[in-house]
Amino acid sequence: MAEAAIMAEKLNKWFGAEEARTYAVRDASFEAYWGEMLYIVGPSGSGKTTLLSMISGILRPNSGTVRIDHHELWSLPDNQIADFRLNAIGFVFQDYHLFPRLTTAENVAIPLVLQRRPWKEALRAAARYLEVVGLSDKADLPPSKLSGGEQQRVAIARAIVHEPRILVFDEPTASLDGETGRKIVSFVKNEVLNPNRCILIITHDSRIFEYSNRIMSMEDGRITGFQQKDLYEAREA
Amino acid sequence: MKEILILAYKLLVNDKGKYTALLVGTVFSVFLIVQMTSSFAGILTKASATVINVGASIWVMDPSATNSVMGSIPMPDYVLDAVRSINGVKYAVPLYSGAALLKLHDGTYQAVTVLGLDDASLVGRPELIEGNIEDIFAENGFIAVKDEEFYKLKNPKLGTEFELNDHRGVIVGIATVPTGALYGTPTLFTTYNRAIQYIPSLRFTSSYILVEPKRPSDIVTIKQQVAQLGYVALTNSEFQQGISNYLKYQTGIGTNTLLMTVISFIVGLSISGQTFYTFILENLEHFGALKAMGAKGRDLVYMILFQAAFTSLVGYGLGIGLSTLLITAAKLRLPEYASRVTYANLGFAFLLVLIIASISSYAGIRRVLRVEPFDIFRG
Repeated sequence: MAEAAIMAEKLNKWFGAEEARTYAVRDASFEAYWGEMLYIVGPSGSGKTTLLSMISGILRPNSGTVRIDHHELWSLPDNQIADFRLNAIGFVFQDYHLFPRLTTAENVAIPLVLQRRPWKEALRAAARYLEVVGLSDKADLPPSKLSGGEQQRVAIARAIVHEPRILVFDEPTASLDGETGRKIVSFVKNEVLNPNRCILIITHDSRIFEYSNRIMSMEDGRITGFQQKDLYEAREA
Repeated sequence: MKEILILAYKLLVNDKGKYTALLVGTVFSVFLIVQMTSSFAGILTKASATVINVGASIWVMDPSATNSVMGSIPMPDYVLDAVRSINGVKYAVPLYSGAALLKLHDGTYQAVTVLGLDDASLVGRPELIEGNIEDIFAENGFIAVKDEEFYKLKNPKLGTEFELNDHRGVIVGIATVPTGALYGTPTLFTTYNRAIQYIPSLRFTSSYILVEPKRPSDIVTIKQQVAQLGYVALTNSEFQQGISNYLKYQTGIGTNTLLMTVISFIVGLSISGQTFYTFILENLEHFGALKAMGAKGRDLVYMILFQAAFTSLVGYGLGIGLSTLLITAAKLRLPEYASRVTYANLGFAFLLVLIIASISSYAGIRRVLRVEPFDIFRG
């Protein structure tokens, strides 16, 4: 049995007060393991993004705990939670959120810059990771000169440039055609995932389900089940 | 920290449209502020031209005549004797200051200011660029000041003649002075006795008494003794300050300048503040993304402060450069143009630019600190 990277217990998040209270996530408990690519699926409004935000230190839950690599995330002060996000988590946002006024390489270097790494050193590291995602020839271009798939790969390079152990993807294929989407996720599975890393992916795209280790379903803020057995264990066996 | 600021710099200057708009706002504001305050400083300096040019340490005058050299009230001769007898006075000499109408060699008339220097000492004499100072004692000798108004005398040369109250006058020297006069009239120097002889005078003739103390510590005593005579003794800087204060507070010039400066400030603040706030709003999702990635609030505050400060400093530099260029160009075409860029003007404009930057960045910082990474994450 692989070691748990993330342990979420009875997570609850609601918005509004008293009678107007609406639960976004209710009593969510699950574990994700090192070396695993876990998909979170469900209809719009089912609480996927809220759950992932609580797991990644972006949104404070109203109750429940999140343990990541044996650390109780939400017991940390705000500054340390920001440090945790900076050092331990790589984000790939749905809209990529690339900075249009920076070059591709500068975009990739941002997490290292936030870690106070020297600018030139950050750019050198960014160039290495652009090579990993196959975009070394686009380092000096602005994101607007890249295709959707290339922008997605830049976002992935930015998410992994500081070598975080946990990666969080929000709808990584939402803006891509089927072929490009499959290529991107296949790349993530084969080149980015490793035994010391855990990847959480929110998606609606059934065309990429085949690359997951497990699929966690959500509905109305609750986890409704795991649709696929732990393939990671099967693969290890 | 340096890396964060490099990131802030690139986010700012790479957005060329917004950055240009931000700079234009600041440059425009600085330009207007410096123009206004420099014009005012120029007027103040020119208003004190005689005080600066004559350069005496202490000026004794009627208490009602402290606002302007043009408004001197002649003092009786005994005041000069009384001042000379004050303990601590090294010397005291009379100065005549008055207006006259010259008939130039081509038959036209020109109003002038005539300064009559003490015949014995010529205290307060200007620096000559042509001629010899001794020639002022020659018959009908006058020295013309080559300032912005010089051309109104039809650019006289040594030996050029004119008429003053049917008296013949001759230019025997051309002088230069530190500051041109405000009131648009050329200045002539001559001896005290010739001045009162040529120009119709009241019963009393000494416009001012110029005093040199033996020691700086004697100034207090001299002022007290002069006050007991019913007159007032002002140091050179006090007299200049008095003239400045009069223009600032007892004419509309100070109020007008202040109002125009405030308007310039408001215009600059409106353009720069609004543009900077729009710049922040347009980059809000990027600041949110940085926050989600782990940037702390203080990192974002440093970035915004740097962007505001950088824009302001560049805009300030360009604004000062533009103002100076325009003032220099204007002075080449319009010699009488009263404008002077002083360190005080520059400091004042810098202070206002800092206020503009502070207000602009404050609004942006408040907005950025309120943005929730969750809002960015959920798109």
